Amino acid sequence: MLIQEQRVLEAEIIALADKHGRKRSALLPILLAIQEKYHYINKFAMQEVAALLDIHPVEVYGVVRFYSFLHAERRGSVMIRMCRSLSCDLAGKDAVARQIENDLGIKFGETTADGRFSLEYAQCLGQCDRGPALLVGDQLHAQVKCSQIHTILEQARAAFGVYPLRHAGVAHSPHFHYDPMAGRAS
Amino acid sequence: MNTPNYRRTQTQSRAPTSMQINPIPAAPSELGEHGQVEISIDGQQAKVPYGTTILDAARSIGIRIPTLCHHPDLCVAGVCRICVVEVAGQRNLQASCAYPITAPLQIQTHTRSVRTARRHILDLMLTNHYGECYACWRNRNCELQTLAEEYGVDWFRFGHVKEPIYAIDASSHAVVRDMNKCILCRRCVRTCIDLQEVGALEAIRRGADTVISTFADKPLGEVVCIGCGQCINRCPTGALQANDPTDEVWEAIDNPRKHVVVQTAPSPRAAIGECFGQAPGKALTGELNTALHFCGFDRVFDTNFAADLTIMEEATELLIRLRKALVDGENVALPQFTSCSPGWVKFLEHFYPEMIPHLSSAKSPQQMFGTIIKTYYAKVHGLDPSDVVTVALMPCSAKKFECNRPEMVDSGYKDVDFGLTTREMAAMIKEAGIDLPAMKPSGFDDPFGTATGSGVVFGATGGVMEAALRTAIELVTGDKVERLFQHADITPVRGMEGVRYAEVTIDRVGPVPELLRKHFTSFDFLLGQTLKVGIAHGTANAKKVVQDIKDGGKFASCHFIEFMACPGGCLGGGGQPIPTSPEIRAARAKAIYAEDRHAAVRKSHENPDVLKMYREFLTDGPCGEQAHHLLHTHYTPRGKFIV
Amino acid sequence: MSTKPQDILLGVDVPIDAGLQRAAGGPTQAIIDEVRASGLRGRGGAGFPTATKWQLAKDATGEAKFVVCNADEGEPGTFKDRVLLTERADLVFEGMALAGRAIGASQGIVYLRGEYRYLRAHLESVLSARRDRRVLGTAILGIPGFDFDIEIHMGAGAYVCGEETALIESLEGHRGEPRNRPPFPVNTGFFGQPTIVNNVETLALAARIVHRGGAWFAGFGTPASRGYKLFSVSGDCEKPGVYELPMGIKVMELLELVGGLHAKAVQVGGASGRCISRAEFDRSLCFEDLATGGAIMVIGPGRDMLRVAKNFLEFFVEESCGQCTPCRAGNVALLEGIELLIAGRCSMAHLHELKSLGETMRLTAKCGLGQSSPQAFLSIVEQFSDEVLGQQPRA
Repeated sequence: MLIQEQRVLEAEIIALADKHGRKRSALLPILLAIQEKYHYINKFAMQEVAALLDIHPVEVYGVVRFYSFLHAERRGSVMIRMCRSLSCDLAGKDAVARQIENDLGIKFGETTADGRFSLEYAQCLGQCDRGPALLVGDQLHAQVKCSQIHTILEQARAAFGVYPLRHAGVAHSPHFHYDPMAGRAS
Repeated sequence: MNTPNYRRTQTQSRAPTSMQINPIPAAPSELGEHGQVEISIDGQQAKVPYGTTILDAARSIGIRIPTLCHHPDLCVAGVCRICVVEVAGQRNLQASCAYPITAPLQIQTHTRSVRTARRHILDLMLTNHYGECYACWRNRNCELQTLAEEYGVDWFRFGHVKEPIYAIDASSHAVVRDMNKCILCRRCVRTCIDLQEVGALEAIRRGADTVISTFADKPLGEVVCIGCGQCINRCPTGALQANDPTDEVWEAIDNPRKHVVVQTAPSPRAAIGECFGQAPGKALTGELNTALHFCGFDRVFDTNFAADLTIMEEATELLIRLRKALVDGENVALPQFTSCSPGWVKFLEHFYPEMIPHLSSAKSPQQMFGTIIKTYYAKVHGLDPSDVVTVALMPCSAKKFECNRPEMVDSGYKDVDFGLTTREMAAMIKEAGIDLPAMKPSGFDDPFGTATGSGVVFGATGGVMEAALRTAIELVTGDKVERLFQHADITPVRGMEGVRYAEVTIDRVGPVPELLRKHFTSFDFLLGQTLKVGIAHGTANAKKVVQDIKDGGKFASCHFIEFMACPGGCLGGGGQPIPTSPEIRAARAKAIYAEDRHAAVRKSHENPDVLKMYREFLTDGPCGEQAHHLLHTHYTPRGKFIV
Repeated sequence: MSTKPQDILLGVDVPIDAGLQRAAGGPTQAIIDEVRASGLRGRGGAGFPTATKWQLAKDATGEAKFVVCNADEGEPGTFKDRVLLTERADLVFEGMALAGRAIGASQGIVYLRGEYRYLRAHLESVLSARRDRRVLGTAILGIPGFDFDIEIHMGAGAYVCGEETALIESLEGHRGEPRNRPPFPVNTGFFGQPTIVNNVETLALAARIVHRGGAWFAGFGTPASRGYKLFSVSGDCEKPGVYELPMGIKVMELLELVGGLHAKAVQVGGASGRCISRAEFDRSLCFEDLATGGAIMVIGPGRDMLRVAKNFLEFFVEESCGQCTPCRAGNVALLEGIELLIAGRCSMAHLHELKSLGETMRLTAKCGLGQSSPQAFLSIVEQFSDEVLGQQPRA
């Protein structure tokens, strides 16, 4: 991560800690917020959160690695989750799963080369009466047919538009200090 | 949300709350003034205080319930489920270590379902426990092995893992981790996060993928692990061990060109008998000397000699700091922190690097000794220092890290080549076919055979302080310390309490001894001063004291504080025999103080060999230029941020 | 939706905040008494008597008390809470406020599973509207001292956080690993304070009970399982959905309603429940017979029962928190057993070992996940032994 990005992230984490509280019970809301914006929680973020909440970085790491929706390694900007529980299975999720893999060009557990989509299974999305069910980011799709996959993915791609700048506004951040020689070997 | 101040268990533990017994409601008034509850275990009646766990209740009436994740030093976890028992009226079996008794209960500890359950749990652990007992360093001292034998395990009911899953992490000089043998009892996590408050280990992932790991799965040598090895002492299996250089030591011994010198510290001597089946508390110092010669070491020296040297240097340094503060008006870092515990030093370097100026610049006895051996000793005996191999027998795993610190080359060579733990030494002795307790005792070798009682007590928490005070008081007052403390036993600094505090008023001063005239013209500036000292053992307590100093509390006005990374002091070190418990450590402490009581000389500044060293070699005296070059060191601010 | 005249929760005319209006000004104990009279038992699956839980929390001492709504509906086959939160959030929040009034708590938390994040905006707007109507916040309905507000906390994708102590651990910022019990959350819960953790449906029912009276609710169902229950029906049936039916309804009756009469098997209670074959279709759905949190998965003729068992065990292997040995390693051993069965290579002796292991897991696991995970597998093996043994390995 670039130093500038780190500074922005640091400021964001401080703001999150101020909002949710500087104690351990604020951990999950803070991590979820970081996950949402950056699509994963990197080591620097975990360390900063640990310092602010007065816990050990390895404890933050242990929490991140416990929950399915928190990731310590970079994932796609949009998580696609396919329910694999029994009712969706009985409703024919396997065919839909294969079609998603075909249309995305990746297998379950992988991320597309452009970093936009990650594909994984989820456990019971609570749509058992209308399976197979799919979560594309926060967007829920129920009774998904193979023929609909392409449209769903196109909609998700369209939402990207221009690829968002991850650190828009950094030039105006009070922490910003551009040193052209930073990080270069002398 | 307005949440009340976080109320954890009564002990304010930092361990995850799932790993504890959480506070139970207060005893109802009808229980009577002593709050006793009547229970029966296996038909035996008993009355126990309200809130006692079933496990403690059983132990109090002599009934044994096997445990695995439970440990006397640690908070309860209740995760292995070995200690389950049948409680009348309950649908499930209950974990006896985690079940507080709040009402009359009838408990059965060995019913069929309990026995079956324990056997299944062992079978499941063995399914994932990679490796064979005969190729494991914990062979015959492994809690899993012992339980498997007790429960008649004779086949792998649910299969057995054929290939290792995890790479062994040998990046740390001190602690080596093999997660293929881990049974996820979480003792190491509780030790590191709760007991020591270092926080290098935690469980990551979940379910069958759960593994104990470090921050971002970094190698242990790259995170804040201080190498104290307390996790090793508490691990029930062979998953954790110290970085073992025994093969290299044997090679040196077997090499006829090499002159191999070993220095033994008091704590291993007090405990090594435990590796040979002895009850804790009997020092085998003399027997060990004989055994070591038999193994092939060329010389056997007493680390206590160097401990006396350390006291001379550190006490002088303290007096110089006091002079600078009280006479010269200099801004000098007080209180002075002891620096002989490498785990503590690394702890400070990571967590409070800004406090490094407080650390005494004196090296630890082990390191001082290494330097002296490869300079003075080699010169006097006409040896080429490159052919001298120094081995240190220590109770400590962090010493392995210490002897590999890049600055520890003041002799021009690596001052201490190898650090051996008590356990590793015991293994070497067994390999040579020796039954240690049966050896005839013999003495240490000259020229460093003389040590005082002061050096011996280094092994117990409060020992360094006591040794330093004996010397400082006598050097400053010009009078015997027995005047203030009977038998020179400075009892206020002794004991197992985590944090201790004591005061000594200097009611008279004597003339400056010749050795110190380079630094002092008079000790008048100390007349009437009250010397305030503190002692802390276990890094959680060390943290409390350092934080207190930073907050301007009681310890901020102390002058000298002894810090030991390990609970109990060195006698509880990460290289000591396994298992450990408060009782075992108390027994080892008794042995150490007994050795002190029987010593001929009990004060470091009266050690004739030490005085000879200053006369012949370190001629500008304690804290002089030569002493600084050879016997003092500097530290590395490391910080706790890895990224 | 519901097909019976008695519309407890799902009917179109279910009034909002009627319970609150009726009971908020009265003695707080009266709320618990009404719930006790109804015989309401927890609707999440465990069936603990709700009034008992509330009474214990009321009588417990602490600096603050908490009402937690367990909206971590993760049991495969269960979606009734999703429907309640979508359609009847007001009822749920009303139930929480009544619970808070009863036990003396002024803070409520909804632990919403991460998979239901798309519901959050809706729930926040319902909460906001309730604050505007003075049925949430300070001085509810103008009653001084009746302060109760609700915060939504998100889960992050862990089924085990549906277990009440794991849920509390998650709220406190830890890994979702269940705690040692006793003590129970009613004494030592969130931040060590008295806490009640109730299912979404339980809270909604409590609101209706306080309005209509406990005797009204107790008039339905069976002696040990009073009232109505929401059943989430899915699988090989014509009309999947949420059904509001009296406790004690027979499986066969339910199958008739949902168009699943030709079922080969029914999984009652989700992955942690029991699989029953046609021979048991005359059993009743209630705590004293087939206890359930309401998940009914209909398995049609021609379905492979081993595939069903495998689906469930893979679920548990994935979702086990990993803390205790019997669950962490036991579920893997059971899954390996299923794979042996699928390969046609499982001996009766090994199957016997697995049954015994299942019993050990039921007795020794630290929480309900490990205690109930063997059930599905064992019941399938028992009911369909001739199908599962001696399989031809697939190519």
